[in-house]
Order: sequence, then C-alpha cells, then structure tokens
Amino acid sequence: MNDLTTLTLADTIQALRDKKFSLSELLSSYRSVIEKHNQKLNILLTTTLDNHPEQLDSPLAGSPLVVKDNISTKNIQTTAASTVLDGYRPPFDATIIHRLYQAGASIIGKSNLDAWAHGSSTETSQYGRTLNPRNPDYLPGGSSGGSAAAVAANMCAAAIGTETAGSIRQPAAWCGVVGLKPSYGRVSRFGVIAMASSTDSPGPITKTVEDAAILLNFIAGHDHHDSTTSSQSAPDFTTNINQSIKNLRVGILYQGIKGLEIVDPHLQKVGQVLESLGAQVDSVSAMDPKLAISVYTVVQRGEVSSNLARMDGVRFGNDRSYFGDEAKRRIMLGTYTLSKGYADQYYNTAQKVRTLFIEDFKKLFKKFDVLISPTSPSFAKKVGATADAAMFGELEDMLLEPSSITGLPGINVPCYQDKKTHLFLGLNIVAPMWREDLVIKVADAYEKATSWNEWRNKA
Amino acid sequence: MAKITSTQVKHIAKLAHLEIDNRQSVAFKKAFRETLQVIDNLQSVKVEGAEPTHQVTGLENIWRDDEVDESSMLSQKEALRNAKNVYQGYFVVPRLIDQDE
Repeated sequence: MNDLTTLTLADTIQALRDKKFSLSELLSSYRSVIEKHNQKLNILLTTTLDNHPEQLDSPLAGSPLVVKDNISTKNIQTTAASTVLDGYRPPFDATIIHRLYQAGASIIGKSNLDAWAHGSSTETSQYGRTLNPRNPDYLPGGSSGGSAAAVAANMCAAAIGTETAGSIRQPAAWCGVVGLKPSYGRVSRFGVIAMASSTDSPGPITKTVEDAAILLNFIAGHDHHDSTTSSQSAPDFTTNINQSIKNLRVGILYQGIKGLEIVDPHLQKVGQVLESLGAQVDSVSAMDPKLAISVYTVVQRGEVSSNLARMDGVRFGNDRSYFGDEAKRRIMLGTYTLSKGYADQYYNTAQKVRTLFIEDFKKLFKKFDVLISPTSPSFAKKVGATADAAMFGELEDMLLEPSSITGLPGINVPCYQDKKTHLFLGLNIVAPMWREDLVIKVADAYEKATSWNEWRNKA
Repeated sequence: MAKITSTQVKHIAKLAHLEIDNRQSVAFKKAFRETLQVIDNLQSVKVEGAEPTHQVTGLENIWRDDEVDESSMLSQKEALRNAKNVYQGYFVVPRLIDQDE
C-alpha cells in the first residue's frame, strides 16, 4: 500500500496516532519507494530505515524524515557530499537532530547536496548528481536538492535542508514542494557543517505549508551551543494556518526586470489570487538584486575559505587533496578577496552594501507586511547545465540573495506546473526578521486558494 | 578590474594549502575572471556613511556560565574514532616545520 508515502506530515502523524497503520508498515512503504527509485535518482546517500521504535505518544509519532547530509547525525555517516568526509561518523548529533529525535521523528535517510552545499544544482556532489523526480532529464536544484527531491519523490514524510542563499527555496521551487528558510538565528547551526556562518539557516522542506510550520516548531529556538541563536522564545507557528490575509499589504518585487519573462505572468496571477483573498497588492521597486549576488559571493567565499580551513584530515576525514574543483575554487576566491590589499576593495565594501540592503528592506516593510517575488527566474535547468559556469548558482539564486544576506525569513510555495515537462515554478514570500508567522500565513492562504499542491488536493 | 595571472592562482592555492595541477590553474584563472567580473559592480555603489554588517541578529556580547557540560563531552575513544592516524591515544599530525631536513 504505497499510498501511505503520499500522506502529508500532518496526516501521517494523525494516522499513526489513530493506529490506521503501524510505523513498521509505514517504513516498509517508504523502503519500497526508496528501493524502486533511489538508484536512478540518487537522492539519498545513506538510508537508515531499521530499528525505529514505535513512538505514538510523541508529537511527531515516529514520522519518517530525511535530513541533508551536511547535518551531523551521531554514528551515521555525514559527508556534506564531499569525499573529504567519506566514512566520517560524527560522535554527536546536531542540535536540530537532537530536537527532532526528542519530538519522536524517525530519521530514515541522509540526502544528497552540492558538495559542502556549494551550488544550486546538486551537480557538484562528489557522490554524483541527483535527478529531479518530476522529470529526470532535469536537475533538482540545490544545494538541498536531495531533500527537496526526497519530498517530491515521496521518500519521506518531510525533510530538513539548509539555506545560505536559496538552498532551501530554490530546490523546493524546482521540485514543486514547500521550502521554508527561517530568519537567521531562529534555528541552531550547531552540528551543521558550516558553509557561510553569517547566513546559514536550517529549515523544513515539506509537502505543505502546514507541514513546514509543524517542523519549524520543533527545530526553532535558542541553543546554548550556538550563540547566534535568538534568545526570544519561538511561537507556535501552526497557529498561522487557515488564517485570513484580509487587508495584509503585499509588495511585488522585481517585476519587469530582465530575465524574468517566463515567471512574470505567473506572478501577476499570484497577485490576483492574493487580492481575491482580501490582500492589498502593489508593485514596488527595490535595490538591484544583482548587487546582492556580489555581496553574497564575496561574503560566502570569504567565510568558506575560513570554515574549510579546518578540514585537515587529522581528527576526521581525508586530507585537502580530496576537495573537488568547486570547493577549491571557492576557498581560493575567498582567500584572494580577504588577502591584504583586496579586503577593503571586496570584503569590507560588500559588508557595507549589505547594510544598504538591510536599510532598503526596512523602508519596504514600512509600506508592506510581506514582499513576494518569483523564487527562481525559470523552471529547473537540464542535467549538465552547470558545466563551466562558475557563477551558475549565484545567478539562479539572484531573487533570493537579497533576503539571505539580510537574514530575513522566506518560503517557497509552488505557483505553476507545466503540463508537458511536469516542472514547477515557485513563489517566494519574504517577511521582516522573526516574522515567519507572516510568510506561513500568506503561503498557506495561497496554497489553499490554488490547486498546485498535489498532496493537499489528495487530502 | 584586477587581472589574475596563473602565477597568482598558484600563489593563492599555496596560501589556502591546496594543491592544484596545470589543468586546474588554467580553469581557475578563467573562473576567477568570470567571478571578479560579476562582483566588480560593488565598486559602483556609494557606500559612504554605511557601517559594515557582519551579522544580522543584532545580538551583542553573548555570555554563558563557565560550567562543565558533561553531556557534550567525548570520551578519548570517541574523539579518536574518526582519525586516520593515532598513536597511544594521540592524533598523529603531519610535520609542519623543518620539512626540508
């Protein structure tokens, strides 16, 4: 009965509690989906389907989850999709893993990603690229491509990804699922293999907006192991489900800029849907997102060169000769832009432009409660698209980078599916710092007013 | 725009403790130029008066009590388990000084 794997996380929890099926029946359903499709699609690098106890009394009731392979799992291989860490079995759990276990999750697999999360395609994984389950001629996006593909392929009830600039929302858009990037500092980074420490944000990738709110409830909140986490207590995010968005002020960003010809008409339609739900929708202009590409590139490469300096193969992993080309290139660019004589020209200037983006958003949020834009300029790209494109990811993630470098929360919800290719377009909703409640509320209202979400239609 | 040469690429690799071959030094030179071309638009922004942002949370001076947290401590065995080269309870590291001798 493979239909069990198409249940949303919310329905899975309910059905387990109501004893409509047992956890072992559910796990064997997932096992058969994984055995059937994983070899071809290369979504999961490790599977851990065995030895999960029944946990009906816990909040997640044993629900099977997949987590990105840059998140430390005790005694379970964690590679960040780089052979530098081949065979590495962390001696501890990341804080978010610990919290998910406490909530009663069964972690059934570790998902593929761009090596060290460097990329937007999963093509830079040193364990081979992941294919898009919607259409295997296309890429799933990245860097959390494996997590988004696992959800789209019904290999788990929900997944966890990490985003530095687009790495949750962009693969969610390309795979036609929901991806929520929390505010920077909302979710602990402890045990997440660091990419760019000042923007890394772990978050849920799920079948529905409600599922994302459910998972965020368990992973959000202060962690004494990560001093950048906010000490404010996290609210119950599920209270924003099924709420009215009447009179909410919505600003549409980036209308009419070059390269968005394919998505623009669909975003117009999103605006009409939100208006029909009572929101006040207006176009608004913002700082040029091309500058955010530059800020992100400089900051990310700099932080990468510092973070990956610790990979020396002494205490764990292999030596530095195992780094792939993409990682080497990024470490070296960061080394260059941080070096004497160039730090001012690049790094310090980038951090100042970052301030200008924060001020620009502050101004925009005086007039609007949330801002919307396409998630990605177009549909998923074909397999092989990243060859010889040093800036592939940065250009693909242009519309997300302004909110990433400023730490804002954002969500992707599917807003169109092409009948012929089965590929999706995504809507990105951004709110002020710590206002995940607003992105969830608007995304949930939009999802329920349209028919793009196949899992919700089923329910 | 700064012009990157193969010599510079090799020097940067050395600074980053990475070994690169000739194919990579040619490929990286091209990739460097492509990237610098994109990020050079930063030079056109008026940043006078803007303070740099290094982190976005607004948090400052985070302290914690200086207490031992035994739950996050590793045993010697656990700490050494992932190392490729250990000797009598120690990590063995490559020699870094006097390498020429």
